[in-house]
Amino acid sequence: MADAALARVHDREASAAFRRHFLSRVVIYGLLSIFAIIYLVPLLVVVFNSFREQPEIAQNGLIAFPRSFSFHAWADAWSTYCIGGTCEGMRRNFLNSLWMAIPATILSTLLGAMNGYVLSKWRFKGSEVLFTLMLLGVFMPGQIALMPWAFLLGKLGLTNSTYGLILIHVVQGISFTTLFCRNYYVSIPDDLIKAARIDGAGFWRIFRKIILPLSPPILIVTVIWQFTGIWNEYLFGVVFTSGREQPITAALVALTASGTNVRAYDVMSAAVLIGALPPLLVYFLGGKYFVRGLTQGAIK
Amino acid sequence: MSTTAADAARVPGPASPGPSWRERLTRIAPILVLAPSLAASFIYVFVFTIWTLYISLSNSSLLPSYGFVGLDNYASLWSNRRWNIAYSNLFLFSAFYIVGAMAIGLLLAILIDQKVRGEAAWRTIFLYPLAVSFIVTGTVWSWLYNPVDGIQMLVRSLGWTNFNFALASDRNTAIYAIIITGIWQSSGFAMALFLAGLRSVDPDLVKAAQIDGASTFRTYRRVILPVIAPIFLAVAVVQIQFAIKTFDLVAALTRGGPGISTTFPAIYVYDLMFQRGQIGEGAAAAIMMLAALAVVLVPYSFFVVWRHRRESHHG
Repeated sequence: MADAALARVHDREASAAFRRHFLSRVVIYGLLSIFAIIYLVPLLVVVFNSFREQPEIAQNGLIAFPRSFSFHAWADAWSTYCIGGTCEGMRRNFLNSLWMAIPATILSTLLGAMNGYVLSKWRFKGSEVLFTLMLLGVFMPGQIALMPWAFLLGKLGLTNSTYGLILIHVVQGISFTTLFCRNYYVSIPDDLIKAARIDGAGFWRIFRKIILPLSPPILIVTVIWQFTGIWNEYLFGVVFTSGREQPITAALVALTASGTNVRAYDVMSAAVLIGALPPLLVYFLGGKYFVRGLTQGAIK
Repeated sequence: MSTTAADAARVPGPASPGPSWRERLTRIAPILVLAPSLAASFIYVFVFTIWTLYISLSNSSLLPSYGFVGLDNYASLWSNRRWNIAYSNLFLFSAFYIVGAMAIGLLLAILIDQKVRGEAAWRTIFLYPLAVSFIVTGTVWSWLYNPVDGIQMLVRSLGWTNFNFALASDRNTAIYAIIITGIWQSSGFAMALFLAGLRSVDPDLVKAAQIDGASTFRTYRRVILPVIAPIFLAVAVVQIQFAIKTFDLVAALTRGGPGISTTFPAIYVYDLMFQRGQIGEGAAAAIMMLAALAVVLVPYSFFVVWRHRRESHHG
């Protein structure tokens, strides 16, 4: 009898706890879902609109489920839509961005890896000071460099060219890539390097045989960071290039600003997605590394 | 730069008379590798800054010229109404943007930290805006804010025909449109940092609090959040940097308008230098941006160094 009463009390407590737990789960998932919707709606709107037809968008508004479907906006945005005077779509600007971001990423990452190697494993008197000096580049606002770059690019004959932008992004990127790689290489035990030296390995051999094989994690982080950063950059693109030479960010602004009477949301949505796709792809494929770069870049 | 790699010198070489060219090359290799990057960084950081500083003190207008005019450009900058709007916008934006993104970021991090299912999926959703450019974000949000086609139309078409939502087209409220978009873009970033912080808290500490009967809320407020306090500062400092450099987002979202209501320092620099041909004053504005960054970053870096020292002393 007493046992049964005890069990009942126990039961009631357990079910109260269960209810509380259940309620808190509902709140947690409810809040997460609300935020997820807020985060996803803008993306969904653009994706939907890039497949809708313009008359339908004009009629039902931007935020609506598609009632028409076509690929025509994508084709238009890619190769025939007019920005300013030229009617070549975004293809050329997309390729500009690609030919800017890929070499600049590779170059700055390579330089960063070698700098990081020197600054962590071949320290010399004053190398820490030099490292700090290079770090300052991380914080420089681009606006400070605009006039000097304008002069230099002019002297080098690199205005309005992808090469000019590559130069800028490599110089600007070195500080970040050096920081990332140096902080990673510091954690490689010095004994490993010493042993290799006793075996007669030199500077390059150690880099090739010990450092590089250990580097993939940090190189992936650095490449992702650099690529998305350079691809998404706007200021230098809009200042130092124009028209056909513009990277895609600058072209997107020109496209959406061009004041035609009817706003062609279908084509603009496709164009926006074309501009967003490479970094999104990188993000979805290398999310873990992307986040790692983010936290390292922030906490330094 | 005459320092040789001290480490390399310590390596016992083979007993040959005098170093061969190969050894000499090995010895200076580290310097050779570092030299181009060092030179580039030096030019980028110091020469460019001093150059711009000099232009800001000169009478440059459409083209750089080097007649010295002292602080004239600064005086005319600070007496300009548009610049005053720009920097008061910067303060307003920074305050709301930092507090908003941190609050939402912290909330999301705590929610995700409750052993939810599909953690990776939630995180991916909240972080993806960070991968796309401010240009893309700004463009898309400018459509959503557009009263004719965006949110206002949606709500009106659902039956609330008097609904008004023209945040970005009203000069008094356009700045809030930028703030909301900025928060949307980067609260995921705050979430990622906070989540990393939450995961680094000693689980024994949390368990002890729970055994003492503290509620989840109390555990967070009294035990966990104080431990991750430095992360708040780190997030704030990164976001202030974002705010000071804000250019793309505004350029894509409002282009500084309506009128001049959403001008930001970075927008104004661009305008002065490349639209109005007032290079000297533009350079002065750029220097002011650098000064604003320094005001935030110099004390912060001293603080970080001080904390490192203290931690290594107390082991």
